[in-house]
Amino acid sequence: MKSPVARSILALLFGAMLATPLVLRHLNEDKEAERFVDTETAMARYGFYLEEVAQEVGIDFTHQAPTLDPKLNHIMTQVASVGASVSVADFDKDGWQDLYVTNSGEGSQNALYRNKGDGTFEDVAPSLGLADVNQLETGVSMGSVWGDYDNDGYEDLFLYKWGRPLLFHNDAGQGFTPVAGEAGFPDWVNANTAIWFDYDRDGLLDLFFGTYYPEDLNLWELETTRIMPESFEYALNGGRNYLFHNQGNGTFEDVTEEMGLTSTRWTLAASATDLDGNDYPDLVLANDYSVEEMYFNEGGEQFVDAGEQTRVGFAPKSGMNVSYGDIMNQGRFAIYVSNISEAGVLIQGNNMWVPDDKGGEEPRFQNLATVLGVEYGGWSYGAQFGDLNNDGALDLYLVNGYVSDTPDTDYWYDLTKVAGGHKAIISDAKNWPAMGGRSLSGFQPSRVWLNDGWGSFRDVARGVGSADTYDGRAVALVDLWNRGVLDVVVANQRGPLLVYKNTVTPDNQWIAFDLESPDNRSAIGAQVEVAWNDKRQVQEVSGGSGFAAQNQRRLHFGLGADPEIKSVTVRWPSGTVQTLEIPALNQTHPLVEPDA
Amino acid sequence: MSTLTTNTSTTAETKPKTPPQRRWGIRYDRRYTAPLLVTLILLGAHLSFGILESYEKTLLAIAASVATELVLSRIFRGKWPHLASAYISGISVGILIRSPLYWPYALCSMISITSKYAINVKGRHIWNPSNLGICAMLFLAPFAVAPLSVQWGNNLWPMLAIWVIGSVSIWRLRRFHICATYVAGFFLFAWLRTLLTGEPFLTEISPITGPMYQLFVFFMITDPKTTVKSKTGQIVVAFLVAFVEFFFRLGESVYAPFYALFLVGPAAMLLEMWWNARKEEKLAAA
Repeated sequence: MKSPVARSILALLFGAMLATPLVLRHLNEDKEAERFVDTETAMARYGFYLEEVAQEVGIDFTHQAPTLDPKLNHIMTQVASVGASVSVADFDKDGWQDLYVTNSGEGSQNALYRNKGDGTFEDVAPSLGLADVNQLETGVSMGSVWGDYDNDGYEDLFLYKWGRPLLFHNDAGQGFTPVAGEAGFPDWVNANTAIWFDYDRDGLLDLFFGTYYPEDLNLWELETTRIMPESFEYALNGGRNYLFHNQGNGTFEDVTEEMGLTSTRWTLAASATDLDGNDYPDLVLANDYSVEEMYFNEGGEQFVDAGEQTRVGFAPKSGMNVSYGDIMNQGRFAIYVSNISEAGVLIQGNNMWVPDDKGGEEPRFQNLATVLGVEYGGWSYGAQFGDLNNDGALDLYLVNGYVSDTPDTDYWYDLTKVAGGHKAIISDAKNWPAMGGRSLSGFQPSRVWLNDGWGSFRDVARGVGSADTYDGRAVALVDLWNRGVLDVVVANQRGPLLVYKNTVTPDNQWIAFDLESPDNRSAIGAQVEVAWNDKRQVQEVSGGSGFAAQNQRRLHFGLGADPEIKSVTVRWPSGTVQTLEIPALNQTHPLVEPDA
Repeated sequence: MSTLTTNTSTTAETKPKTPPQRRWGIRYDRRYTAPLLVTLILLGAHLSFGILESYEKTLLAIAASVATELVLSRIFRGKWPHLASAYISGISVGILIRSPLYWPYALCSMISITSKYAINVKGRHIWNPSNLGICAMLFLAPFAVAPLSVQWGNNLWPMLAIWVIGSVSIWRLRRFHICATYVAGFFLFAWLRTLLTGEPFLTEISPITGPMYQLFVFFMITDPKTTVKSKTGQIVVAFLVAFVEFFFRLGESVYAPFYALFLVGPAAMLLEMWWNARKEEKLAAA
C-alpha cells in the first residue's frame, strides 16, 4: 500500500467512484432539446401539440382553498391543499362532453361547463343547482363523479366533500335535484375520492368513497390538534372508507364492513377494474402515508385484501392517484400510482404496477416505473392514460406540485423534522413547524410521458406546450370538440382550470366508442379490445380514476398510420361478449349492448 | 465494539486484544456483536413494518461492501480481511439511504469501503467510512438518493427496544458515554433552537425519536477507529458533533447529523494525531 503506484491506482479508483453519479446524471439527461419551439416542430417531433385555450373558449375558473380552523393557521396551505377536481360527462346527451369542476372556498361556487358545440362553453351550474354547494355548515367540495345510478339514461352526479356528501339526480339534462338525504349517505365525511362501479354486477351502479381525515372531524371546528397522521409511512389513523350498495329504489345501503373494506388509512384515490380475471371489478386504493391497497372482488360477495399477495401493498409511500392503462398493448392493465419525489430529501418514486406472469394462477404485479421511465414527477397528484398523438400507444399525463407559495423558499427541512418523529409528535398539528409563506415542492411542471409502444416513456411536456407550473391536482382526458383527439383538462389547487386543446397529426388514425347497456346504462366496467395490425389494446369505461377526476366515458383508441383493424370485442358488464363487424376508422361509434 | 463503519484495517483484520470467549464449547468473537445487533434491528423492523422496499437492495449493499473489501484488501494489503465491518458498512448503507434505484446502494457501499484504503493519514483513515459514503451520495447524487427520514411504524415499543438493547450493548463495550453525550447535546441544542426559532421543543427533538438517529447514535458516532482515543476526547467530540449539527440545523440542512460528523470526525482525528506527535517529539527531545 505504500507503493506510489498502488496509491495512485486507489486514488483513481476512488475518484472514478465519486464521479459515477455525475456521469450517470449526464447520461440520463434528455439529449434532445425539449423546449417548445413552434407547433410545426412539435408536430414533427411528437405528432401533437397542446395549446391552453380556457379563456378563449369561455372557461374562467380559479380554484379557492378553504380556510379551516384557526388552530391550523400555521400549516393551513398544506392542510387545505386539495379540492380542485374535474369530471367529465355529457350530462344533457347532446353529443358534446361537459365539465364539472369543484371549488373549495367557503361560499365559493362550483361550475358545470356545458359544451355548446360551437367551440365554447358556458357555466350552467347556477341555473341547474350545482353551484352553491360550498358552505361552512355543510362543508366544501373535494371532487365529483358521474354515473347513472337510476338507469334513466342521464348521468347523475355524486359530489364528495369535506362535509356532507351530495348526490344529485339528473333531471333529463334540465336540472339537478339533491337526493343524498333520501339516499342514506352519512352526514359528514372528509372524502377525497369516489368511484361508481357495479361491484355485484346487478346492473345498478354502486358507490365507493374513500376518506382522508376521520369522519368525526369537522375541520372548521377542531376540538384538538391531534388530527395529523401518526406516521409518515405507516399511518392507520385516517378516515374509514364507504361502500354503498345501490338498492335500486333510490336508496343505498352501507355494506362496507360486511364486504371487508374496513381499513382506516388516509385514502386519496381509488379506481376499479377486473384485475384477477373473474369478471368482477376489483378495487385499488392509493393511500397517503401508507401502502397501496388492492382488494379482489370475490363474486360480488366479499372484497379480499390482496395487497401483499400481489406485491402492491408492501412498500409504504404517499399514494395519490390510481389509473389503469394497457401500456404495452397486451390486453391487460398496468396501474399507475403517484407519490412524492424530492431530490435528496424523499425519493419515493411513482409506481407503475405491471402484471407479472411469475405469479402463475395468482395475479402479481411488478413495479416497472424505473424501467419505463415514469418514476419521477415531483410531488405528484393526478395522472391519466390516453393516446395523445393517436400513434397506438397509451401516453401518460401527470400533474405535480404541492404548495407553491413564496418562490425560492422551501419547507422541506421542517417537514423532515416531524416526518421522522414518533407518533406522539407527528400526529399533533401544533408540533408541525409553521409554513410561514414557504413553498413545499411548489412550481413543478407536469409530465407528458410519450409512450414509444415498446416499454419506454419520454417526457415531452415542454416540447408539446404543457408549460404551466401551477399546483396540479386533477387531470381528465376528453375529446372536447369531437375531433378524434384527446384534449387535456387540468384542475389546479388555488389556480386556474386549464384546458389544453390538442392538435394531432392527421397521419394517425383513430376510432372511438360510446357505450350504453340496458342495465348499468353508463356501461361503467365495460371493456373494449381493438386489435389492429400486430397490436391489440384494451380500454374500460371508468367510474372515476386518477386523483379527483373522471375522464370521458367514451373510449378513444389511437391507431397510428395505416391501421388495419382485425377485430373489436366488447365485454359488457353483464358478461356478454360482443364481436363487432370491422367498424369504420376516424369515427365515434355508439354501441348498445345487444340482448343476451 | 465494532460499529456500523468500523475500520477493518485495525479491528477486523488484526487479532482482537481479548481472545474469543468460549461458552458451552462455542467460541464467540466479540467482533460479531455489532453485526448481530444491527441485523436483529433490521430484521425486527422489517418483519414488523416492512421497512425495506426490497431485500435485494439491502443485500446488494452488503454484497458490494463485502466484495469491495475482499478485493481491495487482497490486492493492496495482500491478505484476506475479516468481513464483520464490511458487512456492517453494507447493512448500514442498506438502511440509511433510500432510493428506488439499485446502483446507489452498490456505489455507496463501494465508496465507503474504498475510502478506507484511499484516504488515510499515517496509516489511519480519518473519516467514518459509511458516513463518508452517505455524505458523498447525498452531495453528488441527490437526484437518486435520500436519507432514511421516516419513522419505522408508529409503535413506541420497537423504538424503546432499540434504545434499550443499543444502550446495554454500548455500555458493555464501554462507549455509552459517547452516545449519552451526543444525545444530551442534541437535547441542549434543540432547546436553544427552540429559543432562537420559536418552534416547539417537541418539534426540535422530533428527529432523534426516529430510526435514523438510533442508528447514527449507536453505530456511527461510536466507531472506535474513527473516534479519538481518550474518554474525555470522545466526550468532547460527541458534544462537538451535536454543536456543529446545531448550526447545520439552523441552516435548515436535511443532512445535518451526517454533515456534522463528516466535518468534526476527521478534524478531531487530525488534532489527536498532531497532539500525539507533538508529545512524542517532546518525549524524544527530553
